[in-house]
Amino acid sequence: MSIAMRERLKKTFYSLLRTVLLIGICYVILLPIIHRLSTALMSIEDLYDQSVRWIPRNPTLRNFRLVWEHMDYVRSLGRTFFLSAFTSALNLAACAMVGYGLARFRFPGSGIIFGLAIFTLVVPPQLIMVPMYLNFRFFNLLGLLREPINLIGTYWPFALMSGTATGFRCGLYIFIMRQFFRGMPKALEEAAYIDGAGLFTTFIRVMLPGAVPGLLVTFLFSFVWQWNDYLYVTQFMPGQSFLPQALEGAANKVARAIDEADALASTSGFLDDHFYSLINNAGMLLVIVPLLILYLFLQRYFVESIERTGIVG
Amino acid sequence: MRPQRKHTYVTFSQMQKIGGFLFTLPFVVGFILFFAYPFIQAIILSFNELVLTSETFELQWRGLYNYGYALQVHPEFSRVFTEVLVKLATELPLILGFSFFAATILNQNFRGRALVRMLFFLPVILGSGVVMKLEINDYSQIMLDAVRQSSSVFQGPALQAMFESARLPDGMVEYIVSAIESLPAVIRASGVQILIFLAGLQSIPREIYEAADVEGATPWEQFWLITFPMLTPLILTNTVYTIVDSFTAMNNELVILIRETMLRGAGYGVSMAMAMLYFAAITLILIIVFAALSRRVFYHV
Repeated sequence: MSIAMRERLKKTFYSLLRTVLLIGICYVILLPIIHRLSTALMSIEDLYDQSVRWIPRNPTLRNFRLVWEHMDYVRSLGRTFFLSAFTSALNLAACAMVGYGLARFRFPGSGIIFGLAIFTLVVPPQLIMVPMYLNFRFFNLLGLLREPINLIGTYWPFALMSGTATGFRCGLYIFIMRQFFRGMPKALEEAAYIDGAGLFTTFIRVMLPGAVPGLLVTFLFSFVWQWNDYLYVTQFMPGQSFLPQALEGAANKVARAIDEADALASTSGFLDDHFYSLINNAGMLLVIVPLLILYLFLQRYFVESIERTGIVG
Repeated sequence: MRPQRKHTYVTFSQMQKIGGFLFTLPFVVGFILFFAYPFIQAIILSFNELVLTSETFELQWRGLYNYGYALQVHPEFSRVFTEVLVKLATELPLILGFSFFAATILNQNFRGRALVRMLFFLPVILGSGVVMKLEINDYSQIMLDAVRQSSSVFQGPALQAMFESARLPDGMVEYIVSAIESLPAVIRASGVQILIFLAGLQSIPREIYEAADVEGATPWEQFWLITFPMLTPLILTNTVYTIVDSFTAMNNELVILIRETMLRGAGYGVSMAMAMLYFAAITLILIIVFAALSRRVFYHV
């Protein structure tokens, strides 16, 4: 066997091995989604039937219809979309500013501020959730306002936290933006200063346009995590129908509606775990699908721009 | 000599200071109002019991009672606490290893790379919040796990028997078995870490490898002498990220327990004490990891 042939054989073998491995891993990743879809399409008889595993025998869209109705889907979707877009925009503005300040200015305390930003990431939100709730329930700006205001149930907690770069995972966004600005050439700013541009003009007209990939990553992360967030939205907007709350309550609502509809028919054994599972799976898909669509369109930027941001440092 | 003109100029270093303060001001304000203040309150709260009325709230001093209750009286806290820490210790090396490996593969050129990359990062998009929370109690999900465990040679008792017959030490067998069983979870928790490693791989200059090629280094040597040292700072980053991520995940058993305690258990004070204990443990782990790793990290200058 010639050396060239052996090399080729080695290469083929390697790429075969790689393909098998990748397919396996992708299978593991996709399995829950496929399984969820197949469950959501099943009728209740299929879920009881042990011989039905992946392909429903009596496929039905009933679960989707029920959950769509009882989640008040269109309205919840609209509200969640608005909240995510709004907090992401504020996060983006604030974190880009802070990140730039940390990346390009030498001033006493900059190291401490950066350390604190990372510290906010390490402290779990669950730890400060209760004080946070009290803080916004009786909001008085550390005693500056005489009458405390109740901000729970409004968008204000989100606006205040995101606008001051202390929202959900903002430390990470500050970190990303800082690394990104550090990687941009200094000559750009120096040219702007010499031409007489001020600090903010330079930032907005010269630095931001060059930082679009980094901004995009921050926006996407922020949007996705706000969309999936359960903790903040249930604390600050209790009893309001955003997607997470709607999804959590949907199965119970559906069950109650069915109970009322046929109060006489025997419903025992019908509204059990199996049934909840059907409704929940359909609901989870409805929550995920908008993000999937968004991701399909933006994934190219997502992966590429993260590579270029060099989160690395 | 016109000394008064002097005031209209701002020197470069002055401008640097002013600019720095201005740009970071939002964060400083936010940090004090929405982070430091609640954080200190959380510490105080863990020594008190909170009584909430519709008008206002009251604190009743309890001293160390909450901590004592959490550690000694609460039936589950100590058990779940150790379990969560053990689980983290098992999964951390697996997540790091897997994401390193995955990033190396995804950095190579092959057909369908874009598609595979997209799929690998899918869990970042999907795996958090309410979906995770519902999944834990979902009937069909539990069934799926049960089926998977019973039907596969590579899982559960069959696997254990296989390794035991290979006469490996008991502890090792247990680790390998639990590692393989948690593989799906590990893969799904690795999205961001893969991204970070991938970004690191891309940032290593090509010329270094070219030089190594010219000098006759094998790919094996290139990996250990170039790729690995260049990525060590990111191993540190990823370790911290993984710990924090698992700490705050919605399906973390201890997080669930803390929430339950708060809503319908022993009350706010105890749940705060639990959260503080957990936070202290994680901080300790992070400090140890930092101390152990940061000396071995190689920084490319």
